[in-house]
Order: sequence, then C-alpha cells, then structure tokens
Amino acid sequence: MVRLISILVGAAFVGVLAIALFGTVATAISDPAPETAEAIYHQHPEDIGLSSNGFFGRFDRRQLQRGFQVYKEVCSACHSLKFVAFRDLTELGYSEPEVKAIASQWAIEQPSVNPETGEATTRKNIPSDRFPSPFANEVAARAANNNALPPDLSLMAKARHDGTNYIHALLMGYRTQPAELVRKFPGAKTPTGLHYNPWFANLNIAMPPPLTSDGQVPYADGTRATKDQMARDVAAFLTWTAEPKLERRHAAGLASVVFLLIFCFLAWGAYQNVWRDVKH
Amino acid sequence: MSFPWAKHYEPKQPLMRWLDEKLPLPRLVYNAVGAGYPVPRNLNYFWNFGVLAGAALAIQIVTGIVLAMHFAANAGVAFGSVESIMRDVNAGWFLRYAHANGASMFLLVVYIHIGRGLYYGSYKAPREMVWLLGVVIFLLMMATAFMGYVLPWGQMSFWGAQVITGFFSAIPLVGESIRVWLLGGFAPDNATLNRFFSLHYLLPFVIAGVIILHIWALHIPGSNNPTGVDVKGEQDTVPFHPYYTAKDAVGLGVFLLLFALLIFFSPNLLGHPDNYIEANPLSTPAHIVPEWYFLPFYAILKSFTADFILPAKLWGVLAMFGSILLLFFLPWLDSSPVRSANYRPKYRAFLIVLLLDVLVLGYVGGAEPIARNVVLGQIAAAYYFAHFLIILPLVAASERPRPLPGSITEAVLAKHGGTSPAKTAIA
Repeated sequence: MVRLISILVGAAFVGVLAIALFGTVATAISDPAPETAEAIYHQHPEDIGLSSNGFFGRFDRRQLQRGFQVYKEVCSACHSLKFVAFRDLTELGYSEPEVKAIASQWAIEQPSVNPETGEATTRKNIPSDRFPSPFANEVAARAANNNALPPDLSLMAKARHDGTNYIHALLMGYRTQPAELVRKFPGAKTPTGLHYNPWFANLNIAMPPPLTSDGQVPYADGTRATKDQMARDVAAFLTWTAEPKLERRHAAGLASVVFLLIFCFLAWGAYQNVWRDVKH
Repeated sequence: MSFPWAKHYEPKQPLMRWLDEKLPLPRLVYNAVGAGYPVPRNLNYFWNFGVLAGAALAIQIVTGIVLAMHFAANAGVAFGSVESIMRDVNAGWFLRYAHANGASMFLLVVYIHIGRGLYYGSYKAPREMVWLLGVVIFLLMMATAFMGYVLPWGQMSFWGAQVITGFFSAIPLVGESIRVWLLGGFAPDNATLNRFFSLHYLLPFVIAGVIILHIWALHIPGSNNPTGVDVKGEQDTVPFHPYYTAKDAVGLGVFLLLFALLIFFSPNLLGHPDNYIEANPLSTPAHIVPEWYFLPFYAILKSFTADFILPAKLWGVLAMFGSILLLFFLPWLDSSPVRSANYRPKYRAFLIVLLLDVLVLGYVGGAEPIARNVVLGQIAAAYYFAHFLIILPLVAASERPRPLPGSITEAVLAKHGGTSPAKTAIA
C-alpha cells in the first residue's frame, strides 16, 4: 500500500517535471534567450597582489595612509564612510594628535544642535565621531549626482565579488565604448550622463572617472602618484575599512591552526594507544 | 538501554554516592557516553558526525548568546549593530565569523551524518524513531538557519526572506493571509526581523531537546554499525569510553581545524557579497540565492516551471517541502531487511547516483537560470523524487543482497585475516 502511494506521488512529481522539461527545451529551441552585451563584454578583475592577500597577509601602513589621502581628496566629496570612526585611523600609523587634527580639519562637519537655540547646526569632528556623510540624506545625494546614489564605501571591498581587485579594476577601467558593441547591441549604447566601464556589472556606470590624471593627489610620502598607484592605494585602504581586524585575524588563525595541529596529533596518538589491543 | 554485559556505574567516593542517591546525573552520563554504553567495535569515522553535530550546536549556542548581547534587532539599526560587533566589540569579529561559518559547518556535518544513515540503513527497524526525530531536527535547523541569515538585514537577508515567505502565498485561498500574518506586515520589515530574532534564539534550545530524545531513542537498541548486523555478544562491542571518546577527540580536532581555517583565513568564502549591502526594498539584487546548504532545495523549487492542474509556483513549493518530508517515510519506502549498502549492490549504485544528483542540484541552485541549467535541474529533481519514491521501493523487492557476515566479530576477524580469539577480547 505504501509502495503504491509512493510510486503514484513519485510519478506525479516526475510527470510534472517532464512537462516542465519539455516546455523548457521547446522554448530554448523556438525562442532562445538573446545574448546580452553584459555577458560578452563584462570583464573580471585581475589580482593586484596587495600585501594583505594570502594566509599571512599584512597591511602596508604607508600604502594605507596614501589610500586614505586619495579617499580624502577625491572620494569623500561624494562617498560616505559611515562605519569607520576617526579614532580608527590610529591603526594606519597616525598618532593621536594627528588623528585629532584630521578629524577637526575634516571638510564635512558633524551634524549637531545649537545648545542655545536648539536649531540644527554642525560642529567640528572629534576622534570618536564616525566619518560624516557628504550629503544630508539620500534625496540630497541623488540631486547632486544625476539621480544616482554614491554608495557608502566602508564595506565596498566585501560587498562586491573579489572586491579589492574590483575596486582597482573599476577605477582603471574607464574607456570609450567599443564601436562593435554599439553595432551588435544598439540598446546598450551608453546613455548620456553615464560612462562606459566594462568592469561594472551592467557596463555603464553613473560615476564619472574619479582618477583623471597622474599626480592628482600629491602624496605626502613622495611616492609617484600615477593613476594605477592611486587606484591600488585606495583599494588597499578600502580593504582595510572593510576588514580592519585582518591582521589580528591572521595572527589568531596561525596560533589556532598550530595548536589544533598539535592537538590532532596528540588525539590521534591517544586513539591509537586506546585501541592498540582491540581488533576493529 | 544496555546490553547484559554493560558495565555498571559503581561510585566509590562518598560525595558521588550521595549524588547518585539524590540526582543520578553521573549515572546518566556513564550510561549514555561513558563506560556503561557498549558500542559495536567496528564503527568507522562516519560515526563521528553525530558528536560533531552536537559540538557544532554547542558552538552556535555559545557564540550566538554572546552575539545577542550586542545585536540590535530593529530594521533601522540591525546592519549597523553587526558592523559595530565586527569593529568595536572585543573579539566581535571572531564571534560573528564563528557563528556564520559555524552554521555552514553544522549543516555540512549534518549532511554527512544523514548520508551515513542512508548508506548504512540506520533508518531501518528498530531505529525508525531515531530517524524520525533526526528529520525533525533537520527541519528545525533549516528554519533556524534561515531566520539567522535574515538578522543582519543585508540585501540577501531581506530578499531571501521575501522569497521564502512568498512561498506561503502559493497555498490556495488562505496563503496570502498566512503570509501577511507570519511577516507581521505586507513585506519583510521591522516586525519580521523582531520575531525572527525571537524564534532564532528559541529554536536552538528546541533542537537541543529533540537531540536528547534522538540520543535516547538511539540508546534503546544501541548503535548501528557498518555491516548492519546486530550485536550478538560481548565480543562485538567496546565501551563507549574510552574507545569512542578517544576516536571522537580525533574527529573533533579535524573538525575544529577545518573550522579554524574557514574563520581565520577565508571567513567570507561561503557567504554572498550582497549581504554586505544594507537591505533596500526598492532594489532587487541581480541574483537572489540562499546559502549553499539550501541550494539543492532551491533548485528543486525553481525546476517546476509548468502549470499542470496546480500552478507551477505551488508545485515548486510542494516539491521543495516534499523533498524533505519524504524522508519521514524512508523506513517504510525501503523495506529491505538488509541494512548496510555494503551488502546491497543495486541500492549502493543508486545511492551514489543520488549523491551526484544532489551535488548537481546544488550547482543548479546557485547558477544562472539559463536554459541549459534549468534543464539540468529538472532532470536532477526528477531523479531525486524517482529515487526515493519509485526506485527504492522497487529495489528492495528485486535486489539480491550479498551474504552478510555471521556477526560483527566475524567481519572484524575476516578483515584482519583471522587470528586467536584472545586478540579480539578487550584488554
């Protein structure tokens, strides 16, 4: 009885799947899905080989400071960094007085309330503040950016597939749209106001190229600020903002793995000892 | 349960004797996992996975309770509270990564544990109840994992909740009302997040309770073994402690090693980048996919693309839940009296195909929905149902099993080329 019911139920599911399969194959033959421009022209980022890569990766503090400088002078005009606090910058190698200065001199001030009148106002940043957003709210952000919302960058290196390398590739990836693409996919021609960038998911990004020329950011430590260098440095900085505990994590990991390897070895020895005289 | 030759708990120290009279917990432990529980001597490493699942649950509960001290279950602040845990709470990054990857480890271990059950016939008489309780635990785990994933309120959290709760609207007549009632609104929002947090905290303790029943039910007949042949005498068993406590320690070490490699060196390997973007009801992600452990079921759901009496969406939902619910009936679908697939060549072959089938379904669940993948998924889903509902009942009747060993000891001796009985006695 059980067998009969189960075979009937099984036949029902298999039957409906067979109908669905027939439909899928018929549609695939008669009306195949057209190729998309994204499928052909979307590029995947190359590995830029940052010092933080790999099991024993560590940040290069000089690079992080340069990347922070790029963020400050280029990106912070439009992109917030809301999960990072000014005090976190001590991890980049700045001293406390330097961090206080960075905070109080930060161009965008912290929203505040006038203690006498109660009106909304702003005040200078202090180290315990998080980085303030350049725009008061989403509407203001979109109004200033052709209806596009510049995303927060705190987690960008983790919020995109292969984020660190993606950031570098995207910043270096602006180019003119190939004529071949426009010929094959006239609908995918870059609309006015957008910019062609094959590393972006749908090929046309609202952000204009932020790194326009070598030397755009005069590095404090004297490194040559080529576009590629600036892209690498800001990618490294954003990797830090997304994963500030990376070095601590790797160190704890090394200790844990060594401990566990020794533990496994000892446990194996104990197991062999316990079972020595018993056939199994 | 014990076999007649099981060692008895005999406390010598006055404190232990007092405790044994008033609240015999040490006796319970001794009889459950100590020297008082005889276990077949020929268990292989696949028998480690039950204990590993228990360890994974303990890890999830401990990390989860500490995380709950810092997490804020309100839609406006949930994502930020998780980032605050990652950045400001001491070792918060460790707790979060351990809990997220712990869920993956827990489900990996449970899948292997279930696979052991399927291969060695652990679901067959007299252990049907162990199996039924196990399927209940699995369902509770899936609900817990789903709700836990919603809590960080990232894009995948929100949209995953949207998709899964959308299933309820497939139920005719009352479906939409049920969906709105469960969500606490018309779409996942603060009400949903709050109740998911409450239930996510509750269910692991329900799981712990069902696990107690699961182990109790197991200890009535005692453990199965790779030959599937019943224990016949004292020489077939060894006491759980120290033999299997020692072996479980090795398994635990390997488990923790793999876990540590994940947490410390590749904590986002199994996750989806979109969950690091705050939930936005106005922006649908390009590909909504669940975590890896739900992918086979997701593939089954997506495979039903044709209406037939019932709408395709309802078929998909019925099939997805059905694919797990049919496990409840397994002891009665597969009526072969032979337990272990080692002695059932036809069943074993089909089981290997099932394993490959589930891996294909997992791939399809996460892949782009192009025609080739949809077709692959439909064929794989058809095999899944055919395997359990059509093939197993027929194989049991028609296969000719290989001859079973007379006893466990006989199988062990045959493996070692036969030797004096003294060697098989416990030292």
